[in-house]
Amino acid sequence: MSEFSVHVPVFPQLPALALRCAPVAPMSMALGGFVARLAQRHAGLFRRLGAYGRSRFVIDPTDLPVSLALEPRGGCPRVQVSRGPLHGDARIAGPLAALLGMVHGAYDGDALFFSRDLVIEGDTAAVLALRNAIDDAELDLCAEAQSMAGPFADAVKRVVALAETRTGVALSRREENEEW
Amino acid sequence: MVMEIVCPAGTPASLRAAVKAGAHTVYCGYADETNARNFPGLNFDRAEMRAGIAFAHAHGAKVLVAINTFARAGAEPLWHRAIADAATAGADAVILADLGLLAHAAAHHPTLRRHLSVQAAAANADVINFYAATFGVRRVVLPRVLSVPEIAAINAEVEVETEVFVFGGLCVMAEGRCSLSSYATGQSPNMQGVCSPASHVDYHEDNGVLSAKLGGYTIHRAAAGEPAPYPTLCKGCFTTEGASGHLFEDPVSLNAETLIPQLAKAGVHALKIEGRQRSRAYVAQVVRNFRAAVDAQAAGKPMPEGMLARLTEGQAATAGAYKKTWR
Amino acid sequence: MQLTVGANQFFWSPEDWGSSYTALAAAPVDRVVLGELVCSKRLPFYQDRIPAAIETLSAAGKAVSVTSLALITLKRERKLGAELVGTGVDIEINDLSMLAYLPEGTSFSIGPLVNVYNEGSFAWLAARGARSICLPPELPIDAVRILAQLGRRLGVAVEVWGHGRVPLAISGRCYHARRQGRSKDNCQFACENDPDGLDVTTLEGQDFLAMNGVQTLSASFACVDHQIEVLQEAGVTGLRLSPHTGDFTAVCAQYRARIDGHVARGAVADALLAAYPDRHLSDGFLTGARGADWSGPLP
Repeated sequence: MSEFSVHVPVFPQLPALALRCAPVAPMSMALGGFVARLAQRHAGLFRRLGAYGRSRFVIDPTDLPVSLALEPRGGCPRVQVSRGPLHGDARIAGPLAALLGMVHGAYDGDALFFSRDLVIEGDTAAVLALRNAIDDAELDLCAEAQSMAGPFADAVKRVVALAETRTGVALSRREENEEW
Repeated sequence: MVMEIVCPAGTPASLRAAVKAGAHTVYCGYADETNARNFPGLNFDRAEMRAGIAFAHAHGAKVLVAINTFARAGAEPLWHRAIADAATAGADAVILADLGLLAHAAAHHPTLRRHLSVQAAAANADVINFYAATFGVRRVVLPRVLSVPEIAAINAEVEVETEVFVFGGLCVMAEGRCSLSSYATGQSPNMQGVCSPASHVDYHEDNGVLSAKLGGYTIHRAAAGEPAPYPTLCKGCFTTEGASGHLFEDPVSLNAETLIPQLAKAGVHALKIEGRQRSRAYVAQVVRNFRAAVDAQAAGKPMPEGMLARLTEGQAATAGAYKKTWR
Repeated sequence: MQLTVGANQFFWSPEDWGSSYTALAAAPVDRVVLGELVCSKRLPFYQDRIPAAIETLSAAGKAVSVTSLALITLKRERKLGAELVGTGVDIEINDLSMLAYLPEGTSFSIGPLVNVYNEGSFAWLAARGARSICLPPELPIDAVRILAQLGRRLGVAVEVWGHGRVPLAISGRCYHARRQGRSKDNCQFACENDPDGLDVTTLEGQDFLAMNGVQTLSASFACVDHQIEVLQEAGVTGLRLSPHTGDFTAVCAQYRARIDGHVARGAVADALLAAYPDRHLSDGFLTGARGADWSGPLP
């Protein structure tokens, strides 16, 4: 890493180990439901993707033993979680913290790429479209999870806040006015 | 007087972030080939533009609509509609480069303020005065080939406002006068509003060495641990007579933060930040820095310490042509 | 279809510069553009030979134009531009600054480095006095067709880049000087040893570009041999041939023979590849997917 590189935290080893043996089918289902719900609330994101809404994106958090394939399918998204290699039109790989931090506006995608914290392969235009569409959507995955958790919303918020402090990973949307 | 900062917005979220971070003015474009940042997933549809302008105006900021490609023969109505829709949406100005569009806007939208885009590469006082007299241009964005003394000399000879780039991507060629991209990929800044388009980029990592190709031409290789610049043609690594290097420009980006007092003294009215393709987080960060800098300048205080290094491409910065030795 | 020889883009010795125009007087071309297009620092070396060249070419029946610089920034360059006006010779504008010096009502030509992409720009320039417009090299055939038709209606000649390394970019920075660790102001004429430009290849050795001081060109030589019929049908009235070293008069003659139907399609390209075995050709801006493409057979 160059001396200027952005400091991106690495996902802790212990929960990563746990993922190594967790069953992937329920994870796919749970994430699929989550993403479907996001799609309803952020229709503009899919409009912004344009033709790339038909691409298949492989997202590979390099500090986790799993990767996922995301197909936006023009607003009816599908997610697949796998421990084996996945194939798609484009692949984005990097520490989970970098991927989530980009979604939450904590990091700039270009800066992460220039510093090689993120690696892109395949259809670069599709990756750009996805990144730009997500950036415009101002997603907050924590708030989304809370809104889906009903009576457990407060509990989710506390757990996320604790995890954020412990890991340094941006699990919720950052205000742009915060210093990096 | 505080120098105006003119800030990029590739998306409505970036526009709001820029305004909240203190932008005096935001520039943006429609999601088609009428603007020079016609990248996937970026830019504004008509409704987003109206809402964006309303938001900016409600917060005391202005919006400039960039319609700064050269209209395609046989398809001029697309560009003419963009100008008309910008006027209707309440844009504070349109940024134009094409002679035909300047003539059209002057004839059909005389009350809509016209800025001359950097894509017109108006690099001397005579041509700037020509644009002002002929098409009623009120502000000229100066090409990035001029030094600070040259900018001062221009301002002494022109009536119109001048705007200069202070941060972000740096064109090493005279803007709007470059076909390198269409030679390699078929798509150019002048025609399609893209340079070195992502659709023609191919990254390949092998044993930690990251190769970046554009249209099949290898533009750059980064060894493990080296920063990886986007394969913009003019910043690539090439070979002449057996020696390789960045023959045209190093993969650096412009940062003229420290030159703000000199630019103010040179009579520059507005400072422009490049980066409509960057995230809202980047935009907010850069805007906040420059707003603090121009406020300090106006108050006669020293420039705040720069903290923008890691946001720059290839993570090295240059003062570009503003320092004459760049040439 | 007429043939125009464009301004020499490179830095040649005054002797070679002068003799090239003596030779061109005998070439089957209709119009010649001369003068300095790329760098004002080169001009003093051959400036005193320009009047004689104009005289020779005019005496041989060629129409003659003098070009402006492609990028006018310095005070002395502005002065140079203003002084071109009133010499009585047709001016080819390659930087719109010239419109600030040309009085209304004066006719002029537009060179390939002015951005004329559409009907609006074309018509505006025609109304201002343009009698001949060489379209930007990157224009695809569909745009060429529309503008050539407009040119016919407005009585403006329409030229297309026909032969030679394609001008792709102009800069404030001199790459030849930069390569030798010098600045533009102290260039010591680093470009004088590359009369066709300096080849720039990729890291993998693929031919790509050529540098010529502040200008960047294609490595390939444009050649519209395979497009002649398409261009004639589109209504294009002239081809622009850009001078290079070697027997350029012969190159002009080959294009003339091709246009007049004396040789078959492909003959010009074959002759060029025989004369310049290290070069390759391109015509992709007109009908290809990209500028570097070539529609003839690959070697």
